[in-house]
Amino acid sequence: MASLLLKDVAKSYGKVEVLKNIDLDIKTGELIVFVGPSGCGKSTLLRMIAGLESITGGEFQIDGERMNEVPPSKRGIAMVFQSYALYPHMTVYDNMSFALKIAKMPKDEIDQRVQKAANILQLGEYLERLPKALSGGQRQRVAIGRSIVRDPKVYLFDEPLSNLDAALRVDTRIEIAQLKEDMPNSTMIYVTHDQVEAMTLATRIVVLNNITHTIGQVGTPLELYEKPRNTFVAQFIGSPKMNLLSAKIVSGGPSTTIKLDHGEQVTLPIDSGDASPGDTVSFGIRPEDFVVAQEGDPVIYSGEALFSEKLGEVTVVYLKPAAPGEPSIIAKIPGIAHVKKGDALNLTGVIDKMHLFNAAGDSFLYQ
Amino acid sequence: MAAIAGTKSSLTWAVQLSTIALVLLWVFPTLGLLVSSFRTVDQINSSGWWASLTAAEQNVVFRSADPGENRVAEGADGATFVVSGNVFGEEASDTTISVWGTSSRAIDTYQAGETADLGDGETITLQANGDYEWRGNDEQLSGRGQRMFATITAPPDFTLDNYEQVLLSGDSTDGMTKAFFNTLTVTIPATIIPIVVAAFAAYALAWMDFPGRALLIAMVVALLVVPLQLALIPLLRLHLGIGIGKGYLGVWLAHTGFGLPLAIYLLRNYMVGLPKDIIENAKVDGATDFQIFTKIILPLSFPALASFAIFQFLWTWNDLLVAKVFLIDATGETTVMTNQIVELLGTRGGNWEILATAAFVSIAVPLVVFFAMQKYLVRGLLAGSVK
Repeated sequence: MASLLLKDVAKSYGKVEVLKNIDLDIKTGELIVFVGPSGCGKSTLLRMIAGLESITGGEFQIDGERMNEVPPSKRGIAMVFQSYALYPHMTVYDNMSFALKIAKMPKDEIDQRVQKAANILQLGEYLERLPKALSGGQRQRVAIGRSIVRDPKVYLFDEPLSNLDAALRVDTRIEIAQLKEDMPNSTMIYVTHDQVEAMTLATRIVVLNNITHTIGQVGTPLELYEKPRNTFVAQFIGSPKMNLLSAKIVSGGPSTTIKLDHGEQVTLPIDSGDASPGDTVSFGIRPEDFVVAQEGDPVIYSGEALFSEKLGEVTVVYLKPAAPGEPSIIAKIPGIAHVKKGDALNLTGVIDKMHLFNAAGDSFLYQ
Repeated sequence: MAAIAGTKSSLTWAVQLSTIALVLLWVFPTLGLLVSSFRTVDQINSSGWWASLTAAEQNVVFRSADPGENRVAEGADGATFVVSGNVFGEEASDTTISVWGTSSRAIDTYQAGETADLGDGETITLQANGDYEWRGNDEQLSGRGQRMFATITAPPDFTLDNYEQVLLSGDSTDGMTKAFFNTLTVTIPATIIPIVVAAFAAYALAWMDFPGRALLIAMVVALLVVPLQLALIPLLRLHLGIGIGKGYLGVWLAHTGFGLPLAIYLLRNYMVGLPKDIIENAKVDGATDFQIFTKIILPLSFPALASFAIFQFLWTWNDLLVAKVFLIDATGETTVMTNQIVELLGTRGGNWEILATAAFVSIAVPLVVFFAMQKYLVRGLLAGSVK
């Protein structure tokens, strides 16, 4: 039961800025996921919220109260570390009750809370074991249990699944999603570099940019996928990443006609805003939005297949351009397509799923 | 460069040989000391300690019982007398006689069981088990008993007399009991105080942020290389000046001071290697620095604490210099074992059995401490904490 507000929050180590202009309004019950490439400061931002790193600029509030100088223990947060950080010399029970004992809670209530959390996480039979006698997944559940018993205002997860193997990661991801459903009023912040985790768990995703050290975009998973605000977000969300081709505006208006530098004219249902004919733009198209061109379709890209990966439900084709100067692209063709190396392909796309960015990399949708 | 990992170094044999050499170098003298401490002064003087582990041959002189009191008349005429008995006394013994003689010039004249003819009908028979029979007439069996020179094979024979002498006699020159307890009185506080102080200091230097921390660590490292002899006289003058004088308090403080740099250095390096996440998690859990220290850091640092405790204990136990300077005064009431052994060397320099026993008493406790605690030196307490 807590809302968080970050106002122009910044972090710098001496003169090195790692985060700036972070504005974020997190409402009660949301599960916010921070994603971004390595070094974008997502873990740092989480640790600033936890109070483990100082905030060097701006203000951070929980429920309207300034928290910048409040020590971690007084913020009403619980954190699950990537390494689990279990106390190795204590049993699972002692690990889970440690914070409550520090808070001098009565023994009965401690026991009740630990048993309840152990039931939720199916840890009942392991309570008397030491962490070293547990498997990776069980240790992870103890770490989560340790935060549940405290009934915090905000749960913080720092890449909690990155130490688990692939199968266990999927299971635990689903467990976390169910946990969130069982506690609809708890606010959670989750840091990951795994897009699938971000897309499946998040109420809203925060994409952090490692070049500008700012927030790239905040939005629901589908918003980020369908309407990326800039080329950074467009290329970060989705796998393989969005293809960008250079183009020039031919005519503007409620729908924009562009001429691809190495292709034909395409008219897109996107408002051109204040762009004028002749402006250089970036034309974005996701690999899955390509279609093999039929007679009469506007050809967006013509190239030669370099390599193809047949995944069963889809075939991923890597293409090198027919004309020099264009970038290589990746296309996903539904089903099994028998594309051999050297095959020439002409591709068109689904008109209403294309993206247009100005020279600065910002989407036309948000002008 | 191929396959550096996974192949045994070609120098493995050198390592193993060195290990064996070092082990032998330490085990042999210790074992010798132990064995010697169970032997009598005669045994030590006649053979080496290694010979005492097996049955040993030695040459001994026996004398038969006094004929005046023990001779028994034999035969019808009553003119022949016999003196019989056992050279080893009444008790049964595993000692056996191989060869013997009646003159010190030829001690291997007869085999055991043979009869020696001493002339004019006087004979003596000595059996392997020590039974003898000496026959002769009235004149021959008079005066002192007959001497017999024999080569005997005696089984290993050990005695606890030396320990009784050293530990229980209460003799002020030989007794180690008081010195033993004095040494304990010095050693136990001199081990505990620096560990407690150093643990607090090490936590602060490892995990608390304050200005000048790096400088303090550098100073601690610098102190490691300062020899303690440098501080003996100034420190003693200080102790005398502030009224501590010579005594237990002074020696505790001195040992604490001399032990602290190494203790802080070792413990700080260990604590700084503990996973940061655990400490941060404890902070998020609401623990204060003191609670983190007592509930998380101390239990996890147990191997480091134990290994330093062993070092400090051995060092203070075997110390002579610091005790001489800061503790032992003219009354000698506060003498420690090392000092007692030095004094024994002067007063009982020839009595190896006493010296060996005293020395073994003084190394027994360090040996027990080491073997009791050595598992903590190698145990990894951190298993299972972080992946």
